[in-house]
Amino acid sequence: MAATGLHQPALERHFPGLEDIHAKVLAGERLSFSDGVRLYRSGLSAVGYLANIVRERLNGSRAYYIRNQHINYTNVCNKHCKFCYFAKNPKEGGPEPYTLSLDEVRAALRRYRDVPITEVHMVGGINPRLPYSYYLDLLRTVQDERPGVHIKAFTAVELVEIARVARKPLVEVLEELKAAGLASVPGGGAEVLSERVHAALHPKKLSGAQWMQVAREVAAAGLPQYATMLYGHIETLEERVDHLVRLRELQDETGHFLAFTPLAFHPEGTYLEHLPPPTGRDDLRNLAVARLMLDNFPHIKSFWIMNTPQISQVSLWYGADDIDGTIHEYEITYAEGEFGNKRQVLTRHQLIRNIVEAGRIPVERDSLYREVAVQEDGRKGLD
Amino acid sequence: MARLATESRQEAGIGDIAAKVYSGERLGWEDGRRLFHHHNLPELAMLADTVRRRFHPEDIVTYVVGRNINYTNVCWVRCKFCAFYRVPGDDEGYVLPQEEILRKVREMVEVGGIEILLQGGLNPRLRIEWYEDLLRAIKHEFGAYGVILHAFSPAEIIYIARISRLSLEDTLLRLKAAGLDSIPGGGAEILTDRVRQQIAPYKDTADAWLDCMRTAHRCGIRTTCTMMYGSVDTWEDRLEHLMRTRDLQDETGGFTAFIPWSFQPEGTELRGERASAFDYLRTVAVSRLILDNIPNIQASWVTQGPKVAQVALEYGVNDFGSTMMEENVVSSAGCSFTMPIAEIERLIRDAGYRPMRRTTQYELLPLGVPAGSPLLSTAKSDLFPSNHVAL
Repeated sequence: MAATGLHQPALERHFPGLEDIHAKVLAGERLSFSDGVRLYRSGLSAVGYLANIVRERLNGSRAYYIRNQHINYTNVCNKHCKFCYFAKNPKEGGPEPYTLSLDEVRAALRRYRDVPITEVHMVGGINPRLPYSYYLDLLRTVQDERPGVHIKAFTAVELVEIARVARKPLVEVLEELKAAGLASVPGGGAEVLSERVHAALHPKKLSGAQWMQVAREVAAAGLPQYATMLYGHIETLEERVDHLVRLRELQDETGHFLAFTPLAFHPEGTYLEHLPPPTGRDDLRNLAVARLMLDNFPHIKSFWIMNTPQISQVSLWYGADDIDGTIHEYEITYAEGEFGNKRQVLTRHQLIRNIVEAGRIPVERDSLYREVAVQEDGRKGLD
Repeated sequence: MARLATESRQEAGIGDIAAKVYSGERLGWEDGRRLFHHHNLPELAMLADTVRRRFHPEDIVTYVVGRNINYTNVCWVRCKFCAFYRVPGDDEGYVLPQEEILRKVREMVEVGGIEILLQGGLNPRLRIEWYEDLLRAIKHEFGAYGVILHAFSPAEIIYIARISRLSLEDTLLRLKAAGLDSIPGGGAEILTDRVRQQIAPYKDTADAWLDCMRTAHRCGIRTTCTMMYGSVDTWEDRLEHLMRTRDLQDETGGFTAFIPWSFQPEGTELRGERASAFDYLRTVAVSRLILDNIPNIQASWVTQGPKVAQVALEYGVNDFGSTMMEENVVSSAGCSFTMPIAEIERLIRDAGYRPMRRTTQYELLPLGVPAGSPLLSTAKSDLFPSNHVAL
């Protein structure tokens, strides 16, 4: 309670139906599946308030960000997931297919040569024509261009594809990728760990059980990993909570997850275009419930490219302690925002200012959440 | 970094303020100061929601189907926060002809709208007769459709009075007789002369703005009140704005709603950075808490976007404002959110409220158009197809 400096009794009347969860949160007790479902159905402010207690207990007032670069090496993909804009071919209004050559990757890296990034984040579609050597060369190219940078690359689905073209067991492939520079594995592609959603939206991609098996092998290889959840399509609230509980159990087992990021589904341009775009409330609620349920995850990230800089700033009081990066070469989510809100950019200056204004302490982190720089006063941290 | 890890922000609690809010006690300057420095957003939301539910116990969020018409952009006042105006003589200056305005009103009536918001610059060529003619023409043609004229902010009223050599009261009564129903609370900016001197040195003073509203209320014209924060203002300026508004409301009871929105810097003389979503939500919540005598707080989705506007429903907002149909002022300053009615209603429902249309006076309109309107037989319940075109 001291964590929020609040005179508790005065606000207690705001937790009707959540008194027991409030007590569990204060006692640091694990929440159950049914607690999670109730949190999804309770008042947003109360849930945000509870999530903030956990957030401050684990991360104080810090708000992390990273200077990183995203490289999406190909948009060619044979998985045809219904929620993906990339799944459409150009005749259906989808994007032109591309696969970056190593020279193009090199050029993309050189574009930001003068920015002191600490991470390169590399993911792509499943392009069956790419040989094993391409993936190894991608990693080597990044290492060569940006020595010392942390390479976070290849989601679980890509790892399985790489092992397929390598004709080797995943465990061996992971060792070879590590030797070529792979330092951690991004969380994309988990979608929702539900067999129903898997069958309906992404049957050609890994099932939930397969995704979790890859995660175990990633952990065994000594690589840290991140976790995500794609929400706002056809999943039920129960399926969201189940996803969180499964991740929590897996983390109990492996302990290798660094952060969880709920990703809002953006229907524009996909086969699910008839669905409405994500709302600010749902963004905040997913972060808050995740913070409360995932008691063994050190960090909860609000990815501002998906959530907008505005919601990400506010989310620093709804469980999130990280708002991701400052370089936006990110092509997966269809670029135009809903209702005339054109694609947004966020400079480091604005990002720090947003954090400071929200009463948080901006901390530039590396991929492993080690501190690169702290700005007690945002203005001092500006370039 | 051990210090950061163990120590979280030790802010003074607001439990005593919460106790006042629950018991319905009025908050003072010191409470306002502390609230403007309080960072815990969910706490502010819970408190503001208490006041909102006192005014609006039912789970309803309202909006009005209306159109914004900017009849002239000619203005000599040169406010530094404005990217819309053109000085007299500028090639890009315009005054919309009456036929054009009537055409715009008709378009609104055809989609079931009822509120016409008329606002424009201080144009030295327009005297009171021009305004009277316009109001009468609109009422003559569309009065039977229930069209409500929500028109002319205090700066315009004061200027019309001055160039027509009339008292404020006579001006207001003549405009009312010609069909004026309600006055928008625009141009309040920040009601402290310190700020007004810096951002709009040629505009009316805070006292003049308030006095115009006082006079309007006495003439039986109800008004809204806005606050444009985030330019050069400090928390003291914002709080003074809220306190002065509350005082006048105690005196007259004439304000229907309060609408805070943030300065949009692009293309303006002031420039600077756009105030953040955090700042907006906190300012909305503090407004709801301090203004214990104004029934409605409007979201500004035009400046904040649909996501933040929806979240603001947790922070004391009970109204989504007008559907606008066109917006020319903040969109000149780089802000261009537009939203169809169906999306407004979806956001309201998603937040757990029932969307209902209203009049300018906040009377609920379950069917979207006033009883007796010929539109009832043909009214479309869906969107404005033209809503995306305007910008």
